[in-house]
Amino acid sequence: MTHFLGEVFGWFTTSAHWHGSDGIPHRMWEHSVMSIAAVAFALAIALPLGIWFGHRRRGGMVLMNVSNVGRALPSLAVLGLGQEALGLRGWPGFGARPAFIALLVLAIPPIVTNAYTGVSEVDPDVRESALGMGMTGGQVLRRVELPLALPLVMAGVRTSAVQVVATATLAAELSWGGLGRYIIDGIGRQDNVMVFAGALQVGVLALVTEVVLAAVQRRVVPKGLQSGENVPSAVPADARPR
Amino acid sequence: MLAATDPWIRWDWISRHGDDITAALREHVYLTVVAMAAGLVISFAVALVARRWRWLQTPLLGFSGLLYTIPSLALFAFLLPITGLSRSTALIGLTSYTLLILTRNIIAGLDGVPADVLEAATGMGYGSTRRLVRIELPLALPTIMAGIRIATVTTIGLVTVAALIGQGALGALIKEGIERPFRTPLVVGSVLSIALAIVADVALALLLRVLTPWTRKRAAP
Repeated sequence: MTHFLGEVFGWFTTSAHWHGSDGIPHRMWEHSVMSIAAVAFALAIALPLGIWFGHRRRGGMVLMNVSNVGRALPSLAVLGLGQEALGLRGWPGFGARPAFIALLVLAIPPIVTNAYTGVSEVDPDVRESALGMGMTGGQVLRRVELPLALPLVMAGVRTSAVQVVATATLAAELSWGGLGRYIIDGIGRQDNVMVFAGALQVGVLALVTEVVLAAVQRRVVPKGLQSGENVPSAVPADARPR
Repeated sequence: MLAATDPWIRWDWISRHGDDITAALREHVYLTVVAMAAGLVISFAVALVARRWRWLQTPLLGFSGLLYTIPSLALFAFLLPITGLSRSTALIGLTSYTLLILTRNIIAGLDGVPADVLEAATGMGYGSTRRLVRIELPLALPTIMAGIRIATVTTIGLVTVAALIGQGALGALIKEGIERPFRTPLVVGSVLSIALAIVADVALALLLRVLTPWTRKRAAP
């Protein structure tokens, strides 16, 4: 085991693994840019949808059902079907487009459902008082509902981002790069050192994403809404395979 | 280009590969059931320990949260040097993923049992083990079952990823469909995996209804 870890360390200190299109910086760059792009586009689509339906208190059943079916949808299937639907099989370098579409499809549901739940479950009395104070619907949304919904909205963004980072790894199975390449190619060459090195990078990237977004969440959530204690809530409503 | 003309489904391929498809489906169910059973046993033990010694709750949930955050393919890859491209690798990885959801829901369910109910049970002479089995677990069952449903559906989806380490049952069909210019196995694997998840989810929901008849009476006006 020590010997194996020594080999992994050796892999990371090999200069050749830090250069070129198969080098760590390039793969890390590909993976990050793809993930950020997918989450950014998902935010642009999902946030307005979730917030609007939440504000109107409409369409909750439909959104929840879509998200439940989404949970049953294996990421690998979304990747494969996306590739076929776009008709891009076997075109070198075109793996990026189906990968992006698949990641986008998988990134949207957690953001929509959490934004919807966050806004729609704001205490009706609080809304009522805001309206009674003479606020318009838009003001209620901006000054009351959105700040109160922020913890859940951020939780959705976090779930979505971590999931995108994970699924981008699987996208190496299509003809796309990213850190998953090390794992897929390593398995193909029966090179466990390369597989392990790839897994380390993917694991670190996922954990960093989680930790950074948790820190952002703490910063943007109003003081009064932060719960200091660590009480296990029941179901993480947005859990899904990745 | 072949990809453009290949139909989504070739029924003759399905009828010729009926046995392979059945075997993949059976393997999928097997991997899910074993991972869920192992996950439930471990999660119960962890939940009981975390409730007995409360200061352990944060580190225990933190560790299962860490496992849950690591992408599935990376988790399988970490195990490769030890267990190789084997079924054990798939099962260990899949089991690890159930722990966070199951443990959280078991703890939340048990914590949700009202204190006066516990007191009444103790007053009636229940010992702590008998109270746990006869009183606490049945009352916590709806929350625990909610966790089991999410974990089961999640696991059924994750099994497909194990195809990339040479296992993966229906995932192997999906992988075949991705790698060859032939869509039928991709469609068959995807559809069966989704169908299996939906069937399992509905079956578990029905099981909960049967097991907790007292929750139904409340709904009547």
